[in-house]
Amino acid sequence: MKRTLALYAVAAYAFLHVPLLILAVFSFNASRFTVWQGFSVHWYAALAQDRELIESAVNSLIIAVAATALSTMIGTLAAYALWKRGSVWISGSMYLSLVTPEIITGVSLLAFFQWVFRYLNLQLGLHTVIVAHAGFSLAYVVVVILARLRTFDPALEEAALDLGATEIGAFRSVVVPFLAPAIAAAAMLAFTVSIDDYVITSLVAGVDSQTLPMTIYALARRGVNPMLNAVSTIIVVLLGAMVLISERLRRA
Amino acid sequence: MKRLRAWFLVPSAVLVIITVIAPLAIVCVYSLLNRGAYGGVEQPFTAENYRRLWDPLYGFILWRSFWIAAVSTVICLVLGFPLAMFIASSGDKKNLYLSLVILPFWTSFLIRTYAWMFLLRDTGLINTALQALGIIHEPLRLLYNDGAVILGLVYGFLPFMVLPLYAILERLDPSLIEASADLGARPRETLFRVILPLCAPGIRAGTILVFVPCLGTYLTSDLLGGSKTILIGNLVQNQFTAARDWPFGAAASLALMLAATAMLFAARRSGEELL
Repeated sequence: MKRTLALYAVAAYAFLHVPLLILAVFSFNASRFTVWQGFSVHWYAALAQDRELIESAVNSLIIAVAATALSTMIGTLAAYALWKRGSVWISGSMYLSLVTPEIITGVSLLAFFQWVFRYLNLQLGLHTVIVAHAGFSLAYVVVVILARLRTFDPALEEAALDLGATEIGAFRSVVVPFLAPAIAAAAMLAFTVSIDDYVITSLVAGVDSQTLPMTIYALARRGVNPMLNAVSTIIVVLLGAMVLISERLRRA
Repeated sequence: MKRLRAWFLVPSAVLVIITVIAPLAIVCVYSLLNRGAYGGVEQPFTAENYRRLWDPLYGFILWRSFWIAAVSTVICLVLGFPLAMFIASSGDKKNLYLSLVILPFWTSFLIRTYAWMFLLRDTGLINTALQALGIIHEPLRLLYNDGAVILGLVYGFLPFMVLPLYAILERLDPSLIEASADLGARPRETLFRVILPLCAPGIRAGTILVFVPCLGTYLTSDLLGGSKTILIGNLVQNQFTAARDWPFGAAASLALMLAATAMLFAARRSGEELL
């Protein structure tokens, strides 16, 4: 019984991990076709020459950094406030944003932005993507930081207040340092979900704000492309490392 | 103290209103309007968009979305249960095995879907390998069908099934299983009459966590199903982009939203602590 289960687990883990491993192996293939013809890194060199990929990667980074900064700051404040006393409206809306299918988040944001832009002289672009990403990563940030706050001893904050700290001072010099690992973990999580998103981004991006997932999507539709394997491998390795670090920080 | 808390909530309230509440409210309003001459929307108000959802053509898409989500969920349950049992019974290596399940979930959904395209397409690895070995002479049509979509969904959402099952299996009292064996039950009987009933809350939680995103899937059916497998998510996307019929797209969105939230709400009402 135990052995069967272990054998099964090996197969299940293979199912979960082998497709990505194969993708990574073939990013080092000398041939452009799916036949192994020797080791080569020239698809990685080709990445550096591809302007569309580079430009969209830069866009993705700008968006992810801005959205992460926004949602981490806003989310930290919100988590602290919700820890003091819950708010059905805010938590309910965040729960709603977590359960809304991505495609609906995307089209509803598109409809909303287009409606607002009838009154403002603005267009879809990097800024709309940043707002959208900050919006959908907010719930993740709040969840992570609230979990850490639940282990915080309120007496520490009260002691600071008794010793003459202002409310904001106590928050800054007692609560925030305690939350630092969780804030870092939350930021990495927000960064990951932002840099990764295709569905919502593709709907609210403008002509000048193509992101890396949008380029990857377009290439994937066109056919087998070893460059795509190379860029995928880089992303998977970077995101994987980030998630592992984030997990560590959360348990710290 | 109260003032500070209120100020701290302001930015999140603004962000939530801009990115969650107002967009959904607009979709609600649009679903009751007419399609404009150049895309966009026009008055007067109408219920026509909801009536069109009952059209057999769209009814078929809804039905197929439910069917594909249901099949994927059942497969996830069948594949996920033994995996969760394995993790729960693996002692001090639990955390490592659990991370191995969660890790792929955080590494780009798009890239994981592309990995299957790379394996399954006509010139993909599986077909190339089978042809090289002389097993087949024509490439098999592995991509762009319902099977490929189900495969992609199971691959993508299996972690959602494993996590709640693991959470409940880990808390399962081993003495109950021993008691069952001592009283003469065979392993199979213990599994079906003791372990599975005790896991019911985990099974329900996992089922909802897998079924709801599968129902609303867009990317998987778009990339692995091609133009043949149109699900409700693809219908919504198409109405808002190529077809430019926003009111109908809005009505379809709300139908999907309603199905998803009703299920989550029902699960919460039945007191699932795992959600």
